[in-house]
Amino acid sequence: MLMKRNPQLNAHGELIHLLSIEGLPRAVLTHILDTAGTFLSVNDREVKKVPLLRGKSVFNLFFENSTRTRTTFEIAAKRLSADVINLDIAKSSASKGESLLDTIANLSAMHADMFVVRHSESGAPYLIAQHCAPHVHVVNAGDGRHAHPTQGLLDMYTIRHFKKDFTSLSVAIVGDIVHSRVARSDIHALTTLGVPDIRAVGPKTLVPGDLKHMGVRVCHSMEEGIRGADVIIMLRLQNERMSGAMLPSAGEFFKNYGLTDDKLALAKPDAIVMHPGPINRGVEIDSTVADGSHSVILPQVTFGIAVRMAVMSIIAGNDA
Amino acid sequence: MKILIKNGRVIDPVSGRDERADVAIAGGRILTIGVVSPDFQPNRVIDAAGCVVAPGLVDLAARLREPGHEHEGMLESELNAAAAGGVTSLVCPPDTDPALDEPGLVDMLKFRARKLSLCRLFPLGALTRGLAGETLTEMAELTESGCVGFSQAEVPVKDTLVLMRALQYAATFGYTVWLRPQDGWLGQGVAASGAVATRLGLSGVPVAAETIALQTIIELVRITGARVHLCRLSSAAGVALLRAAKAEGLALTADVSINSLHLTDVDIGFFNPAMRLTPPLRQGADRDALRAALADGTLDALCSDHTPVDADAKNLPFGEAEPGATGLELLLSLALKWGADSGLGLPATLARITSAPVAVLGDALGSLQSSAGRLVEGGVADVCVFDPEATWVVKPGVLKSQGKHTPFAFDATGTALPGAVRATVVAGNVAYTAAA
Amino acid sequence: MSTLTLDAEALYAELRSGVSALWRPGMALMGVWSGGAWLAERLVADLPALAEAGKPGVISSALHRDDFGARGLASGTDATKIPYAVDGAHILLLDDVLFTGRTTRAVINELFDFGRPASVTLAVLVDRGGRELPIQPAFAAAKVALPAEQKLALARDEAGRFTFSVRAPRG
Repeated sequence: MLMKRNPQLNAHGELIHLLSIEGLPRAVLTHILDTAGTFLSVNDREVKKVPLLRGKSVFNLFFENSTRTRTTFEIAAKRLSADVINLDIAKSSASKGESLLDTIANLSAMHADMFVVRHSESGAPYLIAQHCAPHVHVVNAGDGRHAHPTQGLLDMYTIRHFKKDFTSLSVAIVGDIVHSRVARSDIHALTTLGVPDIRAVGPKTLVPGDLKHMGVRVCHSMEEGIRGADVIIMLRLQNERMSGAMLPSAGEFFKNYGLTDDKLALAKPDAIVMHPGPINRGVEIDSTVADGSHSVILPQVTFGIAVRMAVMSIIAGNDA
Repeated sequence: MKILIKNGRVIDPVSGRDERADVAIAGGRILTIGVVSPDFQPNRVIDAAGCVVAPGLVDLAARLREPGHEHEGMLESELNAAAAGGVTSLVCPPDTDPALDEPGLVDMLKFRARKLSLCRLFPLGALTRGLAGETLTEMAELTESGCVGFSQAEVPVKDTLVLMRALQYAATFGYTVWLRPQDGWLGQGVAASGAVATRLGLSGVPVAAETIALQTIIELVRITGARVHLCRLSSAAGVALLRAAKAEGLALTADVSINSLHLTDVDIGFFNPAMRLTPPLRQGADRDALRAALADGTLDALCSDHTPVDADAKNLPFGEAEPGATGLELLLSLALKWGADSGLGLPATLARITSAPVAVLGDALGSLQSSAGRLVEGGVADVCVFDPEATWVVKPGVLKSQGKHTPFAFDATGTALPGAVRATVVAGNVAYTAAA
Repeated sequence: MSTLTLDAEALYAELRSGVSALWRPGMALMGVWSGGAWLAERLVADLPALAEAGKPGVISSALHRDDFGARGLASGTDATKIPYAVDGAHILLLDDVLFTGRTTRAVINELFDFGRPASVTLAVLVDRGGRELPIQPAFAAAKVALPAEQKLALARDEAGRFTFSVRAPRG
């Protein structure tokens, strides 16, 4: 069967959409990280704006609510001098309403230049990228459990900032991996950037053996998964998992897989602790760890704005 | 109408005939195969030079979307699609709206199909009222109206007591129950469990959804002695269970769809909604097992699983897209492709879409059983004339069905399909001729 | 005019005299990345008057260029480093080649993101004409005419010696 070209790249191999980390060459990822470094210094200036996206309209299309992610995208777009329009299209179960493609067509008619899309269904941004006008760029802000590429990139930026060399690291990702788009993006980025040892840690209901196909070592024991790790990425545990018969309670999860000081002691002494946020204190992570010296959760947020500025400015500068 | 089909290569899988011969048709029946008397004055001559003259195809699963989903497929367009595909008899599942659980609905459907004279229609009646899996339908009444068996379509009966009773009741009268082996709870994902679903973040349907349901069905068949036709097997493990059950002598038959026969989960690519299908596309090893099983007869027949889907219902994110693909016009080509890949000759290949499906239907066909799926003098004149060497590309504009979505579309595959239908004859009437 | 007559080192010597004449105490030195920045570094090493003003600033045009839509994001986006206050500064801006004037326009926009300078004076190694904007240098070591498609750039070897490269456009 004919496999189409990766829709994120144009015929010259340049990034025109950011839909997922998988399929992107290492050089593309590194270029984004390098560019993000640039924008960090912009964020330290008095005038925190550059005119790269001036006159462009960026539409935040959030079919799934998220104030924090939407806000960071808005800040990033505004720092690039773009006009930002926020559309909260919460899905109502009572009526189907306008179809996804009709919504996109209407917005394109309003001269949108870029869509930042968050959707509860895996693959939605691909459908959008396929059907929008050629000059419009799409950034995936999270689709179902498939991908959250800007989070993956800012996580990589964070790791590179504190640890420098990817090729000698042990990285542990802990929690509800099977449902996590952040985990998938992190895993693809880590493997592409050459991290030799990636552990996926959690109970079998949340970390099935299947995951090994993505290039990770599945660990059902927290101790084994954390031991000697340089980087620990904790994932948020959602309440739905309790009702879906995957876990008995948050308390039992914390007992076995929560990150506490004594579990952290098993990792390398200079290990860093990351979390995409928002954190559930006492569920996946203890407060002393979240606020402790190993935690880089707050720098992640700062890096997130620079990374999003980098992504938007790179794709806006490439033609379809 | 008197028809003469000349110069063709006549292939009849049942008798083993495979030779150049002419075919004379009159009064809805085949008069002569071989040398036709010069006295025969045909109203219509079909020149089958370079073509195969085969029995009309029998498709065990094609949805016509009537009654109910008229915006998806009017009876006329879908039966025209059947004729264009060389299909002269088709079986339609009962998941119409309302479900085919009332004799009146079946009568109406058969009446309208007969008037169109494009293809013979054999409906499956609903096994339970409204397909709800609770109360039985009036199977005798429905059979009298023309149902050839009873089915739950894609809706599994979760209550095993109800399922057992339904099989017992059907067994009393010798009705065949058509069941798709899929566990109601395990089967709720949108893609087959495996590396692809994991990577794409799509909820998975494990093989266990099929094997657990199969084992339940097989056990109930043992107990009740019912005849069951298993619809759309999708996994190697499922095939293994079927093989063992058949070896035991249980009254089981099974089919596989053109989609599962040729595609795997990798073909989902970048969330292509044309690949959103039930059963979901599984892995390469499963496909290989299905192909081998169809060749050795463990899987009796190949069907199109024709399911026209509205553009609005397909152009959605993968998990929300309605499952299904158009298939009537692709059944012959995809059978030929599989046959060629498997090294089977034309007769063995054609058997899977002509005589074998007829054998599955068995005496539900009544008197038709003796000649449907066959080319025999004195038998019904259901014929498909096709050029095995021709190729064609699948494009929406070419398809007669209102369902334009198929994984085999040229845009996706970049390849042409083998085999082009030149003429289709149903009950001695020309239902379709290809444009010159 | 052939490129052989563009002796970068000789022109640098001219530039050194020209800058020396333009310099007033209290000025601040700034070089456009990357060629102008190299010139600034050499000048600070060669002219004691400039050395008193401290480390020169480096300024990049990358974030304010007007060809973003056609060429995408340029390199050098994080090259700007200004170790002094821009507000009220009298800036002597150095660049290697002045052509259309668009780079200078972008650099000035970048500079104004940092503050309001009291004045900006431009000194370049080579003015190759072809201006598309009203921008003039106070000093140019040489005026050269080149076909518009050719690209003239300054190069610096490990020993710090300057040369010019002339490139025809890629096919």
